[in-house]
This record gives sequence, C-alpha cells and structure tokens, in this order.
Amino acid sequence: MNFAQKNYIMIQTDIIIIGAGPTGLFAVFEAGLLKLKCHLIDGLPQPGGQLTELYPKKPIFDIPGYPSVGAAELIDNLMEQIKQFQPGFTLNEVAEEIEKLEDGTFIVTTNKGTKHHGKAVAIAGGLGSFEPRKPELENLAFFEERGVEYFVKNPDMFQDKRIVIAGGGDSALDWSIYLADIAKEVHLVHRRNEFRGALDSVEKVQDLKNRGKINLVTPAEVIALQGEERLNSLVIEKEGVQEQIACDYFIPLFGLTPKLGPIANWGLEIEKNAIKVNNALDYQTNIPGIYAIGDVNTYPGKLKLILCGFHEATLMCQSVYNMLNPGKKYVLKYTTVSGINGFDGSRKEAEKAVVKSII
Amino acid sequence: MLQDIKITIIDREGEKHEVDAPTDMNMNIMELVRAYELAPEGTIGICGGMAMCASCQCYVINGDEVELPEMNPDEEAMLSEAFNVKDNSRLGCQLAIEPALAGLIVELAPE
Repeated sequence: MNFAQKNYIMIQTDIIIIGAGPTGLFAVFEAGLLKLKCHLIDGLPQPGGQLTELYPKKPIFDIPGYPSVGAAELIDNLMEQIKQFQPGFTLNEVAEEIEKLEDGTFIVTTNKGTKHHGKAVAIAGGLGSFEPRKPELENLAFFEERGVEYFVKNPDMFQDKRIVIAGGGDSALDWSIYLADIAKEVHLVHRRNEFRGALDSVEKVQDLKNRGKINLVTPAEVIALQGEERLNSLVIEKEGVQEQIACDYFIPLFGLTPKLGPIANWGLEIEKNAIKVNNALDYQTNIPGIYAIGDVNTYPGKLKLILCGFHEATLMCQSVYNMLNPGKKYVLKYTTVSGINGFDGSRKEAEKAVVKSII
Repeated sequence: MLQDIKITIIDREGEKHEVDAPTDMNMNIMELVRAYELAPEGTIGICGGMAMCASCQCYVINGDEVELPEMNPDEEAMLSEAFNVKDNSRLGCQLAIEPALAGLIVELAPE
C-alpha cells in the first residue's frame, strides 16, 4: 500500500485504544459487552505490551483466579477472550497525533500516517512506547538512516552488505543468524564472551562462527563510527586493542526501553511521567473523551497492577457508553446470565437447566 | 521489628540523600529510591525488578565498607549490556536491604 492510499483510508471504530497490553486487550471485552467496537494501536509488532516484550516466560501470581500464569499465556488467553469482538490492530506503529473534531470524535494518526477515527480514545500505554536503547557514540544520530539501524525491518536492504551487530541478547543472536545467510559479512560484537539467549540460538551462532559465516568479536565494544556521507567503517576495541572494520550497516541491539513519547504532547495533564485521571468517576483525563487506563495513568493511591488496569478498563467502557448514549437506561448484565453475543455472529451462553420431573 | 538502617543515595543531579531503609519489608535499593521519589517515576525500575532493564543501575561508592550480596548471572548479563557501566556498577533491584548494607552509599547511574 503506498502512502497516498494509506492516507486516504481511515480506520473507523468506536473506541481507539492506544496500547495493546493486558489492560487495552481487556477493554475490548468490556466494550464488546456494550456493543462498542475497538481498534488498538501499538508500537510493538505483537500484542501484549511489556508481558510479551520484556518477560514472556515469567510467571504472574496476582491475577485473580490464576494461582500462577505465564505472561505470554495471559496475553494468549486475553486474545482468545476478546476474539469474538473482532478488535482491529495497527501494530508496529506509534500513535503520534490526536485531533478532536467539532462533533467530539477523534482522529489519531500514527508515525506511519495511518489514521483512525473513533468516538473515544483510551490510552492504555503502559510505560509508554518502546524505543531502542542507543549506545553512547559520537555521531550516532548523524549516521541514523545512513548505515545505523535499530531494527531489521526490511531484510532485503542487507543483501550482500557488510554488517556489524552489537549486543549480547536474543535479538543480537537471532538477527546474526538470520542475516548470516543474506549478508556478505556479519560481525557480532559483544562486551563479554557469554551471550544471554535461547540455548538453540547460542548453539546456532557457535555453528555459524565455526563455519566462518559469522565473525564473533568478543569481549569487545564498538567505540567509534566513521564515514563521510554514510557509514563506511567503525572502530572496535578488543582487550585494549583498536581495530577498524569496514561495514555498510551497524545494528546496535541493546534492547528496548519505554518512553511516554508523543502522548506527552497531547495537552494531557501529566504527573510523574503518567497521565492524571479522574479516579472517582471514570478514568477520564482533562480532555473529555480521552481516557487513560492501566499503568499509564495516575491518581491518589494508584497501583500499577494488571488487575487494577482491568477494573479501570471496565469503568472506562461504561463511561464511553453513557457518553455516546446520553440518558439511555442501562442495567448491568452478568455474562453468566446474558451470555456473550460476538460481532462475528457467535454466541456463548450458560447451558440451560432442564425442567423435568423425575418419576 | 528490626531496625531501619541508613543508606545514602546520590541522585542523578548529584544531590545526596541519607534515608532510613527498612530491613523487614523485603525491599531493595531500586524500590527504596522509588519510595523516596529520588528519581522520576518511569525512569527507574522499569522492568519491575527482574534485572532486565538496567534502569536502576547504581555505582557503589563504599563497597569495601559494606557486605554486598553476590552478583547472580542475570545481573551480570544485564550489566554486560548496559551503558555507563563501571567496575562498581550494580543493579539496585538486586541489592536487597539487609542489616549488612547499613551505611551503604550508592550513586544512581545516568538514565
């Protein structure tokens, strides 16, 4: 899809949810019960937020009803729980701008120009959008887009190129393995001889190193970037000795760190790196129609717990419903009593009791 | 109840804070910094204390005067990837507050 086309299509929904972590995902369920459609925007390539990005295999012990649940497993379960409400996803894109229209609806535009039109906005942004941790190197900013990349988004661009990857975790290992087949040269630089990654990946890198497909440089560090218009070489220091390596690309992979990011400029009241909300009522921000739920908000007594995010998401949905249907009488329905009608035509309900005499 | 101990934290602006640290609350240095709000929320303890982000990296100023817990492989691996690492770097989240830490002086590493 080209840029012009992308700008032309506007995604339509009821609630635009920014952040596809557990709180954002559960909001889809509560909205669905009220027949409200949701579309989620997240800067990461997969739903789950911190849980899938930072600690997918770690257990969580304070989700009510689960004595222990794996972080990735909780996200899988939430995705299963909400699927009949057919949420839309814009992944790998960061919500950048917000515009409130005269009719009170909103347009949220991402960094890639995707536009979303909705009746309310729920920011479930957790700690913010994940940004790459950048090494402290002179001229680093100058060489960005000129040989320095923080993600492998388009592997084709590395075809037959000379690449230096820095880092000691899973992504450094995985991309070294992947690019070893595509690139002309792959150098993997790490400060220690030990790598922290899946055993399988470590063994693969060992094998590729043995076969001369990856040049492992450890314990070493990239200390300088060189080039006129774009990167053409860098300096590596290994045990006190400096060496120059010619290269076309430098990919530092030192993990991701969350930053509040563009949301901080939306005119919302911010306190302690979080968005202030009205917790006495509905978790609305100082801008009517924009809510903040989960770890991204703050109020007196706030606790950054997933279970609190679930509660906040629920009240937010009720508030949006009341805002969109002023004066309409509404009674809370229990899913056990009413069942769930999916937007996909599915229905879940409790098994009917049979009234029959026993003789 | 066990007694509180004194711990000195030098914040990222260079200001010194001597604070009371409870030894009976299962707390660590990262949490202590957050409890006293000596670094803005969102800039420390991002991963929640799993030795996975290095946002609580600190420099131990008087390592020879206190008894520090040994470094586990997770902490070691994280510090090998972190920035601004020095010989006296530790992750605050891995320093449990024990009576043996009384008098500890740490300086928070840059963000």
